[in-house]
Amino acid sequence: MLEYVAIALMIVVSTFVALSAIGMGELLGPKKKSKAKDVPYESGMLPYGEGTRRIPVRFYLIAVLFILFDIEVIFFLPWAVVFRQLRIFGLIEMAVFIGILLVGYAYAWKKGALEWE
Amino acid sequence: MPQPLDFATLQPVIVLSVWTCVLLLLDVFLIKRKSITAVLTAFGLALTLGLTFMQVGASNDGFSGMVVQDGFSTFINALQLVGGLLGVAVAHAYIKRTGSERGEYYTLLLFSVIGMMLMAQSNDLIMVFIALELLSIPLYVLAAFTRNTESEEAGIKYFLLGAFSTGFVVYGIALVYGATASTNLHEIVAFASSSSPSLLLTIGAALILVGFAFKVAVVPFHMWTPDVYQGAPTAVTAFMSSGAKVAGFAALLRVFSVAFPNISMDMAPVLAAISALTMIVGNIVAVSQTNIKRMLAYSSIAHAGYILMAFVPYGDAQVSADAIASGLFYLVAYMLTNFGAWAVVIALETKSGSGLELSDYSGLAKKYPAIAAAMTIFMLSLIGFPPTLGMVGKFYLFRAALQGGYTTLALIGVITSLVSAFYYLRVIVNMYMREGDPTPARDLWLDLTWSITAIATVVVSLAPQFLFVLASTAVMLK
Amino acid sequence: MVKVDYYIILSAILFITGALGVLVRRNPLIIFMSVELMLNAANLAFVAFANMHNNLDGQIFVFFVMTVAAAEVAVGLALIVQIFKAKHSINVDDINSLKG
Repeated sequence: MLEYVAIALMIVVSTFVALSAIGMGELLGPKKKSKAKDVPYESGMLPYGEGTRRIPVRFYLIAVLFILFDIEVIFFLPWAVVFRQLRIFGLIEMAVFIGILLVGYAYAWKKGALEWE
Repeated sequence: MPQPLDFATLQPVIVLSVWTCVLLLLDVFLIKRKSITAVLTAFGLALTLGLTFMQVGASNDGFSGMVVQDGFSTFINALQLVGGLLGVAVAHAYIKRTGSERGEYYTLLLFSVIGMMLMAQSNDLIMVFIALELLSIPLYVLAAFTRNTESEEAGIKYFLLGAFSTGFVVYGIALVYGATASTNLHEIVAFASSSSPSLLLTIGAALILVGFAFKVAVVPFHMWTPDVYQGAPTAVTAFMSSGAKVAGFAALLRVFSVAFPNISMDMAPVLAAISALTMIVGNIVAVSQTNIKRMLAYSSIAHAGYILMAFVPYGDAQVSADAIASGLFYLVAYMLTNFGAWAVVIALETKSGSGLELSDYSGLAKKYPAIAAAMTIFMLSLIGFPPTLGMVGKFYLFRAALQGGYTTLALIGVITSLVSAFYYLRVIVNMYMREGDPTPARDLWLDLTWSITAIATVVVSLAPQFLFVLASTAVMLK
Repeated sequence: MVKVDYYIILSAILFITGALGVLVRRNPLIIFMSVELMLNAANLAFVAFANMHNNLDGQIFVFFVMTVAAAEVAVGLALIVQIFKAKHSINVDDINSLKG
């Protein structure tokens, strides 16, 4: 149990520090309300429209493609760890793997999934 | 490091995978007419079928025991490839007619077939999982392929319930791995038989069973089936109602008889109860259906119950082997009959998606006697009426249940078959005794599908021993 | 060291939470998130067991579960977006044109 004492201590201290920082600002700082200070971005852009605006579907498509290709990289890590033992076979194996990914990439490209407009 | 023998065990799958990737690129870059894609797809499937036949007799495991190739896998693979060919044949005219002709249809179908083949060959729970997903994910997309409301709805329902069942399978595998420290089926059985029975292993096996029960749609995990089968494009329904079912049962057999023989022994009464419940619910609910797609969906649930009868472990080794051989036999019979029946449904479906009510079959026999005769054969086969494959298959199944001492189960099978006659015969009555004006679409591929399956349903049933012997040799798992 | 049992109990709780989420929630997105929770509960169990057995099979399995889950996400979100475009609602109670 002893190793948890340090963690518990850290949680207590960090909570205290955070709360006191917020609390002291609230308690000691001067307060002058004005219209300009109430806008979400003080001395910045004026907000317009609602907070939950529709996002173009394009973003979504790119995001999905990103997830698909990004997650495949997970297999590179164990491959890289044992690359020296695998030698030339490892290289061929990875070429096959990337080749299959490239088929998907070429398909997405040709279908226009990567075009922004 | 893999040896040449490793690649030999997976040769058909590898060839088909390469072909599919090439076809995917050819389709987007070169091919303008989608009929060419269909022909190339059929060619790839036929080529793979040839390679599969060359594997007959061989028996190896490959890739450090990840996959296995034996009589069983060859049998199932050949069946799935035939299913893929029939799937292409019924799809070709259908997707053109519904205005959703895109080359992706065929590549998705091919990927799904690859998953189904891997399923029969997997010898490790990792492979079982990957094969399951490889066959399911393309089917989710195919179910939503025509992009109308019904199709999309079917797609999302199938997807959500499919993903849900995947969750069960994965968690079950995790528990099995925790109990046995391995995901290899042979190592699992070696561990399980050398140590005392563990609760973890039993729960894991039960969760895997639940996951696959969703996939093959047995009661009480069948709720999604009617909606998905009705909403999905009819050609897709034809393909998935047989292909996914065969794959699911193949995996159940592989996993439960290789890895958990003791557990599945304990589960025998549960499996028998599920089988009986599935036959009863499927057949009784089907009676009240007026839409042919929904009726055939409930019929497929009922047939999952009949097939499950073969997978109840009967204790005695010889009886169990016979039972499983009957199950494989019935899978063949179901695949042929089911595809034929759906091909006729596709022929009668109009461009706007009507023509799917039972009343739309009225008067078919007068104008188109050949189609009506074929449909009659399929309906009789689904009932289990001679001289059809369905009757022979049911005979083998009921015999196995009787020999295994499950008289009640066999009795329920017979009674529910009689109930099923009611709704199948209604189609025949409509075709021959009512007046109407149906206009089925004619297409060479579609005509070939229903005529060949109809002829096969009758001819094979006259000499079923040949097929049964084939199935019996396929039962010997490595 | 935390005992393996605790991880397994946590993963079981997560799995059951996910399964219940699928059954009671009506928004496909949240149903789908619940499914992901089930898968990741299994991942947690795999990693804990791999540590317990001191072999790598479990960790490899986690890789495959993650990649396959990504593929499922791609297909699932595409379907949900399509349905939303058509119906302007993604409540599963509104997805009911199939009945019989």
